[in-house]
Amino acid sequence: MTKIGVITFPGTLDDADAARAVSSAGADAVALWHADADLRGVDAVVVPGGFSYGDYLRCGAIARFAPVMGEVIAGASKGMPVLGICNGFQILCEAGLLPGALLRNAKLHFVCRDQWLRVDNTETAWTSRFDRDAEILVPLKNIDGRYIADKSTVDRLEGEGRVVFRYVHGNPNGSVNDIAGVCSANGRVVGLMPHPEHAIATLTGPSDDGLDLFRSVLDAVVNP
Amino acid sequence: MTTEPVGSDLDHGQPVDTVECAGLTPDQRQPYRELGLKDDEYQRIVRILGRRPTDAELAMYSVMWSEHCSYKSSKVHLAYFGKTTTDDMRARMLAGIGENAGVVDIGGGWAVTFKVESHNHPSYVEPYQGAATGVGGIVRDIMAMGARPIAVMDQLRFGPADAKDTRRVLHGVVAGVGGYGNCLGLPNIGGELVFDRSYAGNPLLNAGCVGAMRVEDLHLAHASGAGNKVILFGARTGLDGIGGVSVLASDTFSGEESAGRRKKLPSVQVGDPFTEKVLIECCLELYRAGVVVGIQDLGGAGLSCATSELASAGDGGMHVWLDRVPLRAEGMTPAEILSSESQERMMAIVRPDDMDAFLRVCDRWEVLATEIGEVTETGRLVITWHGHVVVDVPPRTVAHEGPVYQRPVERPADQDALRAAGPESLTRPSTPRELRELLLRMVSSPNLASKRWVTEQYDRYVRGNSVLAQPSDSGMVRVDEETGRGVAMSTDCNGRYCKLDPYIGAQLALAEAYRNVATTGATPLAVTDCMNFGSPEDPGVMWQFEQAVRGLADGCRELGIPVTGGNVSFYNQTGEVAILPTPVVGVLGVIDDVGRRVPTGLTDEPDQTLLLLGDTRDEFGGSEWAHVVHDHLGGVPPTVDLARERLLGEVLVAASRAGMLLAAHDLSEGGLAQAVVESCLLGSVGARIVLPEGSDPFVQLFSESAGRVLVAVSNAVVPAFTEMCASRGLPLTEIGIATPESGILHIDGVATLGLDELRDAWEGALPALFD
Repeated sequence: MTKIGVITFPGTLDDADAARAVSSAGADAVALWHADADLRGVDAVVVPGGFSYGDYLRCGAIARFAPVMGEVIAGASKGMPVLGICNGFQILCEAGLLPGALLRNAKLHFVCRDQWLRVDNTETAWTSRFDRDAEILVPLKNIDGRYIADKSTVDRLEGEGRVVFRYVHGNPNGSVNDIAGVCSANGRVVGLMPHPEHAIATLTGPSDDGLDLFRSVLDAVVNP
Repeated sequence: MTTEPVGSDLDHGQPVDTVECAGLTPDQRQPYRELGLKDDEYQRIVRILGRRPTDAELAMYSVMWSEHCSYKSSKVHLAYFGKTTTDDMRARMLAGIGENAGVVDIGGGWAVTFKVESHNHPSYVEPYQGAATGVGGIVRDIMAMGARPIAVMDQLRFGPADAKDTRRVLHGVVAGVGGYGNCLGLPNIGGELVFDRSYAGNPLLNAGCVGAMRVEDLHLAHASGAGNKVILFGARTGLDGIGGVSVLASDTFSGEESAGRRKKLPSVQVGDPFTEKVLIECCLELYRAGVVVGIQDLGGAGLSCATSELASAGDGGMHVWLDRVPLRAEGMTPAEILSSESQERMMAIVRPDDMDAFLRVCDRWEVLATEIGEVTETGRLVITWHGHVVVDVPPRTVAHEGPVYQRPVERPADQDALRAAGPESLTRPSTPRELRELLLRMVSSPNLASKRWVTEQYDRYVRGNSVLAQPSDSGMVRVDEETGRGVAMSTDCNGRYCKLDPYIGAQLALAEAYRNVATTGATPLAVTDCMNFGSPEDPGVMWQFEQAVRGLADGCRELGIPVTGGNVSFYNQTGEVAILPTPVVGVLGVIDDVGRRVPTGLTDEPDQTLLLLGDTRDEFGGSEWAHVVHDHLGGVPPTVDLARERLLGEVLVAASRAGMLLAAHDLSEGGLAQAVVESCLLGSVGARIVLPEGSDPFVQLFSESAGRVLVAVSNAVVPAFTEMCASRGLPLTEIGIATPESGILHIDGVATLGLDELRDAWEGALPALFD
């Protein structure tokens, strides 16, 4: 069975949810601990949401130095799929695996709502199961979710089709170009602010649209 | 062990008052009045100890004998809960009043603990931190029972929505509840938001938490087993939240900051949710490892409370080396250390053999853990400071045997006049046009408008088990992912009803919370309360309190569900004017499979009939209509019929089990009109309402008669459902149909309203006030 690691840092909150999503997609969820420089032989890694280290200093700025992140960066350089959700996205940006940064929301307070996204790139390791331009409904919940990058970076991302998810029917936080998620140049590393792991069943989420991210990666590890 | 002379510089250049010193200086004046103790209370301490207390002892007694910790004014009344709880009601109760939180058996091997606590005064002084630490405190209470916290709720009350100070307090409180709860990773599943003039100088922040555990994992707070270690773990102890005890220091050091050694810190504590999140995970791992004999959180009264409560609930003795407590400020006195309310701290009792395992877990989570004491058989709580005894007391006299007051109780002289000034004389709308305008005005009034502006700032998804959250009638979380077993919780209180009749008002609060839980398909099991009142020294307030307690207790007996715990907050008043009596009642229910939960909003199924369960009477005393349109409060509150509520609950749960209900929504403030509008907007589904022939549309739409629920069922199910209600004697009225594609709410003969227009009114109100 495909093994997908889920990292827990001090202050990680959505690790149990990410693990549940991985299991629901039919993979084996493996708990990874921030202090261990060991990926336990996993095929892919999810960096889940939360407030690692209390978001102190700057979101993700401390977590990126955790021993496990060295292994994640090394794995990513060899093409291992990595997904960063919310705080995980912030950590991947801090770690230099993804471009840009996340700032305080436009209205300056926490926003928790069901958010429509458009899948703009279905070539990545985490989005191959989606139809291009599919609109999906996924919870968004954060206070530092406003994506920003300098103009040349944004132009490059747009030009190379590396904007993976875009907010539609309203931009909730002032992100540049309505960007909700981006990917690395090779499409193996994806980060997004909304929470697909909270949209895996209509009992507990607004939809089950998020499940396809975790299903997509099953294909990606078989066909790198 | 150090050997400095008594009363001289022991540590950081400051004299410390020891037991020996107290014996030698019996007549030394002590600032007990500044610490809130009365003359006779101080004399009582002297009698207990046979000498004057030391500074440290005085600090302990003064905080533990405060109203907040000792329940000295409420105790005689709260005893009534015990008297009215039958053995049948106790059957599912695993822990009750007196523990950190009540615990009930929900079946399937699961136990659930829940509680609501006030943090009113700190939230007025420093809204963000007051609210944040209110959440933090209640979460630690739940954790101290051995449970994993699984959800939080918040009950907020402010002055008028358009008042300037309300903006200051509300923004801070909402950001504090969210900032702490979101970072802690607990879903916020509901609560209350009420605006009323009486809360202007005294807003209320009540915070609730629900926790779950396997039945066998229940932990109670007691220190037993002589030789067992006392471990303080979590954050360091600082000068925050010391409050009144600082007079001990200022007495010695003239109180001038320039003359003193340091700046005084605010008396409102500062929260660090990250530390608490780590502490939760650490505690749960300690429980799993089986290395905890007893545990207690450090909240109000800090170490004074934890040491004296643990000791008096156990074998009765404890020795604490206070100088071992890790500090984050220099030069703290023993009295300050004992009184500090620094957040995110816990105290555990651990067997010596388990110490290594205990410390390993703490180390893994990078949680500071310090052995500060030992359980003894001396029957006394002895606290030393660098080798000198600064506290030597019988722990029960601190924790449990504080003063008890039988405060004067007197029905307010103006109560009759208030009840006589009923709503009958108020002008009512008479034309369809006036009714339409009224409906829009009501749904956009602050107490009835959508709370989304607030709840959008709270994470309701984290942990992935939230099945229902605000604006649903009750919050619901899955406890067991295998079986789908879960719990529902609702908290309610209408202070306006309580002002008119605190006995009936408390029962109406109970009835509404009970109904809200049943409306979502869960079976009500147990009750908690958070009693917010004015000064207990006012006989009229004590009358309100006594009536509310009796009403609630009698009501619980009638419904057959026990009160498992509660909280009392007095002195909620500005000058002579008390807040509306506000006994917040929380009802917890169980549902064997959350998959059959009943949504509040209408669904887009075809062919649905809307049915109104219960009786509608001309009842407007204390109503939201009287408040919004006439700024009037008088008369009597709606009738309460608990037998009917019980029957209604049985029908709702049975119908949910049978899969008959497509949606259900409780009727409360704002009446049928409000319920219909919310049902439509939450589901984005239109409806056509046909009021009973010959009825008064104003009464039908806006009366606040209790015991009513709006349900939606398939047309095909109507006969069976009607038969089910008829056979049980529950009145039912066909009131309309759902019109999923229409986009309008049409009330025959009254008005046609677009859902967009309604949504603008309902959802636009709070952003217009607070953005």
